[in-house]
Order: sequence, then C-alpha cells, then structure tokens
Amino acid sequence: MTATAIQAAETASRPMDRSQALARLKFGDVVFRLMTQFSALLVLVLLLGVAVSLLIGSWPAFSTFGLDFFISDAWSPPKEHFGAAAAIYGTLVTSAIAMLIGVPVGVGVAVFLTELCPLSLRRPIGIAIELLAGIPSIIYGIWGVYYFKPVMQGYVQPFLIHTLGAIPGLGLLFAGPPLGYGVLTAGLVLAIMILPFVTAISRDVFETVPPVLKEAAYGVGSTTFEVVGAIVIPYTRVGVIGGVMLALGRALGETMAVTFVIGNATKISTSILAQGTTISAMIANQFADADPGLFTSSLLALGFILFIITFIVLAAARLMLARLEVKAGR
Amino acid sequence: MMKPSLLAATIVAASATYAAAGDISGAGATFPYPIYAKWADAYKKDTGAGLNYQSIGSGAGIKQIKAKTVTFGATDAPLTPKDLEAAGLEQFPMVMGGIVPVINLPGVKSGDVVIDGPTLAKIYLGEITNWNDPALKTLNSKVTLPDLAIAAVHRADGSGTTFNFTNYLDKVLPEWDSKIGVATSVEWPSGIGAKGNDGVANNVANTPGAIGYVEYAYAKQNKLTYADMVNAAGKVVEPTIETFQAAAANANWSAAPGFYLILSNQPGEQSWPLTAATFILMYKAPANVAESNEALKFFAYDYDKGADMAKALDYIPMPDSVIALVKKAWATDIAQK
Repeated sequence: MTATAIQAAETASRPMDRSQALARLKFGDVVFRLMTQFSALLVLVLLLGVAVSLLIGSWPAFSTFGLDFFISDAWSPPKEHFGAAAAIYGTLVTSAIAMLIGVPVGVGVAVFLTELCPLSLRRPIGIAIELLAGIPSIIYGIWGVYYFKPVMQGYVQPFLIHTLGAIPGLGLLFAGPPLGYGVLTAGLVLAIMILPFVTAISRDVFETVPPVLKEAAYGVGSTTFEVVGAIVIPYTRVGVIGGVMLALGRALGETMAVTFVIGNATKISTSILAQGTTISAMIANQFADADPGLFTSSLLALGFILFIITFIVLAAARLMLARLEVKAGR
Repeated sequence: MMKPSLLAATIVAASATYAAAGDISGAGATFPYPIYAKWADAYKKDTGAGLNYQSIGSGAGIKQIKAKTVTFGATDAPLTPKDLEAAGLEQFPMVMGGIVPVINLPGVKSGDVVIDGPTLAKIYLGEITNWNDPALKTLNSKVTLPDLAIAAVHRADGSGTTFNFTNYLDKVLPEWDSKIGVATSVEWPSGIGAKGNDGVANNVANTPGAIGYVEYAYAKQNKLTYADMVNAAGKVVEPTIETFQAAAANANWSAAPGFYLILSNQPGEQSWPLTAATFILMYKAPANVAESNEALKFFAYDYDKGADMAKALDYIPMPDSVIALVKKAWATDIAQK
C-alpha cells in the first residue's frame, strides 16, 4: 500500500517523468521489433511467393509430360516436346566437376595461407583471392571463350582423347572430337569461379583455431600435414562445409559464364568433352522469345527444378552439419 | 523565388519524358536492326519523330505485339495467314537480306569451299562430322579439305535466322521435317549453340573446323570466311547483293496472302538459296490509332526514301511493285482514323 502511495505521489509530483519516458522508450522498442519482425516475415513470404508462382507457371508442363519431363532429354519447340533431363544432368555434372577440383585446391590454398605462408606474402595473396571472388561472372565467361576454350581445344582435349580416351570403359568419358566447348570446359571455369569462395571462407575459419591446440600438436612431434588433418580441419569443419555449400550454390546457379562455354546442346552424352547445357543456361537462352504455352511453362518448370535442387543441397548441408555436431558431442 | 524555377524545371523534364514516350515503339528481329536504326536516324532528322526499337529477337517481337506493349512487332519468321487472322494482325515485308554459311578452316579463303543444301543439312543432322567426308570432297575437288572435326554452330536462342535456315534445309532434305522441323528454335541433334548472330560469328571465328550461319552483314563485319552454295538450279553462287536480289526478284508477293512468303531455295540460275525477308506486324484495329498512323508514316518513308540506305548496308530494298501492294493493303486493312 505504502509503496503504491509513494509511487503515486512521485508520479503526481513529476508529471513528465519516468513512466512516460519509459513508455516512450517502450513504444520505440515495440515499433523496432515489429519492423524487424515484418522484414523477417517478408523473406518467408517472398520465398513462398517465388516457389508458388514458379509451380503455378510450370504446372502445364508437369501435367502434360508427367514423369517423362524428368527423364526425357528431348527439347523440341516445333514438336512441343520438352524434357528436363539434359539440363538437370548438365547442371549436376558441371557442378560436380567444379567441386571436385575447386574444393581440394581451395582448401589447400587456405592451408598454405594460414599455416605455411611467410607473413609478408599472406596479405597480398589474401587480397588477390578476395578480388577474384569479386570478378563478375560475365568476365569469367569472356575469358573462358577467348583464352581458356582455345587451350582446351588445342591441347587439353586432344591430350585427354588420346590418353584417357583410349582406355576401354573410361574412354567413354573422354570421347568425341575436341571442339573446345563442352561440359568439362564449363566445369573447369566454374572450378576457378568457386575457388576464391572456398579459400576465403576456409582461411577465415582456419584462423579461429586456438594456437595452443596447434602448438600442443607440434609439441608432441606432429608434422604440418598431421596438424592440418587432425586439428585444424576437424576444429573448423562446420565453417569449411559452409563455404563449400556456398560455392556449390554458386556453381549450380551460375548462368553466363557457363552459357558461354558449355556449347548449349540439349543432349545427354556419356563424354564430358561433349557439349551440354544447364538449367540456368537454357532459361537464359530461350526465355526471351519462348512462345506462351508449353514452351514457357517448360522453362518455368526448369526454374522450379533448380529451386528444388538448391533447396535439397542446402537441406543436406544442414543435416550433415547437425550430424557432425552430434558426433563431436557438441 | 526558387519555387517557380523548380516547378518550371519539373515541367520541362516531364514534357521531355512525354516526348520520348511519344516515339514510335517497336520490338523484334535482330537481323534488320542495323537498317531500322539507320532509317530511324534519317527519319528523325527529317521529321523530328523518333523510333524506339528493341532488337530482342523475332519470337520476342511477336510476343510483344500480341501483348500490345509496342505499336509494331518485327519478325523474320512470318506468321501464317491463319495466325494473323486469329490475332487481328496485318503483316508486311520490310526489307530482304541473305544468310550465309560461314566456316573456319585453316588456309581456306572466302569462296574456296562450296556446299550444297543436302550436305549442309547432313552436317547439322550430325551425319557428316569431318571436313574430309566424301560428300564434301566431291563438291570441292579443287581444295584439299583437312582431316578436321566439323563443329556445327547453331543459334541457342529463338531466332528468325534459324527459322529461315531450317526452312531451307527442310526444302532440300526430305528427312529434315520428321527429324528436326522448322521453327525459330529447334532441337539440334549435335553441334554448339551460341546466342545471337554475333555469338555464332564469334564461335565460328575462334573454333577451327567450325561452320555456322549468320546474316550477311555479320559475316562481313566480322571478316568471316564464307562458303559458296549450290542453288536450286544446280549452279554455284557466291553470296553477294546481286545473288540475293536475283532470289528476291523471283518472289511472287501478289500471290501470297498476308505476305506469307519465304524466300529460301528460290529458282533461277543466279539466286542465292538462303535469302530471307523480314516482316512487320501491326494491328488492323489498333488501340491507339494516332500511334499506329505515326508508325505507318515511318514505314512509308523507309519504302520511299530508304532504298539506298538499305543497299549501303547490304540489305535488299523491296521492289516498287511490292511497295504498292503493301500500301494498298494498309489502306484497306488498317484502320487509320
């Protein structure tokens, strides 16, 4: 009772004071919370909107072709027969080639930078890698066509055809005339494009490893290789995998650089030297003048499939990380 | 004191935007873009009226005119009379040009190599894959063709050039129709896809062993090596404005409803087999009659005064008889009041 009375008295004696000031502050807090909450929800709404509008747009294609849309590599506008298999295949294979080369090299560069590189070199190489990450993809495309493709056609592909191509079985992967444009060329350009992502993120997380852990390992006589394999990478695997997934995301969705060098053929070939296409390259090439109807709908369906593939990749990454954390007992 | 001048500035700016919005608006084929741009330039100098033309491709041009976002659409692949009827569109040919096969063979110059229609079709079907193929050797007894894989370069985007090219291959090789068909974008069984005329030109230029098809102007500008062709009369012809004209002279426009006429594989000893016309699409009953009239005035100017400009860029102007037919069609078909 008395406390309330005192409070009431205080309020009465100072009309413009605390409670009002607090209320005003609280109002500000509420507004801020609502604004941030709205922004966060907007992201969800946008994501859902994109997914739903893609699904509605692609429905005619899915309902006309059914399961055949996923397994057929036909893409014939005059016959109105469309299938996504060639584009899905090209997207996955180019990304796989890019990851196969980009990830080990990228992590290797990061290891060199954090563990072995003389301090005076560390900054310039680090900055160069960050600059590489900032180069627009169209530049990689132009470089790919004018400088990289002739090298592939003139030297790399003939070499592969004459060596690996002659081995029975494996030769199927390296068959065909060396035209320069193709799945392998696109995969290699992608590998160069994702390398800085892998390196930059791996380097940043490698630097978070407490020196005491590494020093302890060196102290018991470990080699640098053992320290990296047993201390640095296990300690930072969550971050490294995050960087790898970011790189995979870029490789899956990359459009212009791939369109320039992949050869844009809507066919599945056993040879990785053959021309192919990817989902984003198909959409970039054909969307502008696709007839309304099944053609446009099939392109939207390709977009929807890319959306799902990206979603699956991200979900798989999350799952993998969660499992790793359980295993590590964290 | 500040306010009135600011207001004035706003009004000036607003009216400037209005003037730009008052330009004749069109979209479509990339092939005639150079000549449309040149005509628009001259027209602006003479009349003050401008043209806003987006060269986004024939298929996209048809899409835009059907969506009524532009006053006219431009396409290299003509719509059939039935399609025109259904959409309420009027179609007329604007200018003609040639498509040429361009090649990249070490040591081979323009005109050294001769190709006939069936051989070209088989190359694009993936049945002829090497430059030393017997079919090519028979056609070219004077040059030694290398043992080199053929890289057949085609358009990856929808293209009126592809439409005219596949139309020609369809006429010269019976199985083309069932295997590939004729369209602005088809399912190529092999080869390399590139975007736009310039994309094909670039790919051919930097790929030894390549063959491609581009509009003549692109071959000329990029200094590409072209091949001569065997025409419908069995004669070897070189791609020049004379052979394009010879093919164009054969065309009987008066017997073509909706001016639906494709100029490939025309008879005549001098005719270039890959000649093509490019078309304009406009509404017969336009939503905005004033804008439609402005566009017609621009096209009339191009027909009357644009012939020399077209020739300078290696296009073939429409003959006077065809122009008279087109103008008659405008008067009867397009609502102008």
